[in-house]
Amino acid sequence: MTHSQLSGPEPDPAGDAGHADPPPRVGFFTDTSVCIGCKACEVACKEWNALPEDGFTLTGMSYDNTAGLGASTWRHVAFIEQSAPPVPAPEGRRELPLAQDAAQSADGEFRWLMSSDVCKHCTHAACLDVCPTGSLFRTEFGTVVVQEDICNGCGYCVPACPYGVIEQRPSDGRAFKCTLCYDRLGAGQEPACAKACPTESIQFGPLDELRERAALRVDQLHAAGVPEARLYGHDPTDGVGGDGAFFLLLDEPEVYGLPPDPVVTTRDLPAMWKHAAAAALSLAGGVALSFALPALTRGKVRR
Amino acid sequence: MVPRAEFASYYGRPVIKAPSWSARDIAGYFFLGGLAGAGSVLAAGAQLTGRPTLATGMKVSSLAAVSLSAAALINDLGRPSRFANMLRVLKPTSPMSVGSWLLSGYGPAAGAAALSAVTGRLPRAGAAATATAALLGPAVATYTAVLAADTAVPAWHGAHRELPYLFAASATAAAAGMALVLAPAPENTPARCAAVLAAAADAVATRAAKRRLGMVAETYREGRAGRLLRCAEVLTGGAAATAALMGRRHRPAAVAAGLALLAGSACTRFGIFAAGIASAEDPAYTVVPQRTAKGATAPPSE
Repeated sequence: MTHSQLSGPEPDPAGDAGHADPPPRVGFFTDTSVCIGCKACEVACKEWNALPEDGFTLTGMSYDNTAGLGASTWRHVAFIEQSAPPVPAPEGRRELPLAQDAAQSADGEFRWLMSSDVCKHCTHAACLDVCPTGSLFRTEFGTVVVQEDICNGCGYCVPACPYGVIEQRPSDGRAFKCTLCYDRLGAGQEPACAKACPTESIQFGPLDELRERAALRVDQLHAAGVPEARLYGHDPTDGVGGDGAFFLLLDEPEVYGLPPDPVVTTRDLPAMWKHAAAAALSLAGGVALSFALPALTRGKVRR
Repeated sequence: MVPRAEFASYYGRPVIKAPSWSARDIAGYFFLGGLAGAGSVLAAGAQLTGRPTLATGMKVSSLAAVSLSAAALINDLGRPSRFANMLRVLKPTSPMSVGSWLLSGYGPAAGAAALSAVTGRLPRAGAAATATAALLGPAVATYTAVLAADTAVPAWHGAHRELPYLFAASATAAAAGMALVLAPAPENTPARCAAVLAAAADAVATRAAKRRLGMVAETYREGRAGRLLRCAEVLTGGAAATAALMGRRHRPAAVAAGLALLAGSACTRFGIFAAGIASAEDPAYTVVPQRTAKGATAPPSE
């Protein structure tokens, strides 16, 4: 167990997990700038993976009644209602004010941000690290999958995930999350959500290729006057060693319910074990002292 | 209260998921595991220094506590029938896996030590079991801090350096409390000494954890966690003072102090558990510290 395997850049997660000669690592690039909020990904995921319903409740917060990722929701489309940043006038042209502009706020027009969230298939996956049974494992594709015949429902992966993705299904007890359609990958197919996405907001492919494509897309958007476009989870030097599923966002990550700077908890595990060892020794030392002190003082009194 | 920095979130929904663990089972296990582990060290000390009543009492208490612990842990599994899968692999990256192996070594040792002490049979094997339990006991008492800290839960992970010492102190306080209840007055001097040391260490470690946590320390001060931790402070401090001043001459005072130490330790564990849940359920405790660490502030959302 070296430090480099717990955090930091990791070029070959599948190889380091023991897969000999693995295929290239695959993942998702979710470009939220073209997401239309149709939820075809949610439906395709539910259908292909035969996920049970997770309640027919209305959240009362925008058009999002799915609310978040969970044991039975492996794709979740977030709907954010906000004022758009003001659009700068294109160079060399002057925009004439329109009548209805007076009613608009100075912040810019009302806009919707839509984003299809999914398990990030982290390079350093906390859920996998803390799983005590070995139920969670790294596949040959570099993804992270739960083996349902081994999971005993201890629930440790749930608070370990820095993104709040994996969850126990109350009716079942075991933990479930996106498998990046491990069964379809094995048959040379792309995951159901990417297949169903009508706008190619969800792109599937080898991770290296996706990262190049994403960098180009951000440049393109910046040139087109969308300076707020930014990538999230693409950086192999971030707190989780980069995500297998990363995003192009149009606002800060926390607006979409994503943590701004997640860190794999096991990065600090060597320090935790050291402190626990020191604490255990202090406990033993404290008790030994409690027996030694009375003996010493009694000895003095007798003398 | 620290004024809350402005932060953005997705309709105020939590970023991470709180553990679905039941407080009774898991916070209860933190308490019982500490009582058992530190109790085994006290039992070994009592045996070495010729305090037989204390030694036997602590061995029986440790066996009872570790048996209840195992029951609570299995009960909390989503699939209790698969509890044996815990010993399918040994993973140093999983504190739960390490703990399962620790408990499977410690439990039988604590059991053998207690059986031998009660029946008077196989004294040599009993002594070996007592020594094994005393060696593994401190690990059983402190690894649970790593178990809680090795998560994305802000109130636990943020205090990952201080939590093991806090758990060690709380475990010692519980075991000293049990010893005060069980031991006759002539045998309780080490227990009173341990109670004072543990209460002091508990107060120092709690203060250090709160200082480290910054704005997340709110979860240790407010709500259910705040009430429990304030109770723990009063019970543990008061009990240690009572035990130190009156515990030698006045047996009922020693028993009362012992019970208060046990209650104080339980309040500490349930309080820290509640603080963790509260910190997971409010996105502020995930977003704001990460933003601060990044050195940038997010624009407030509409």
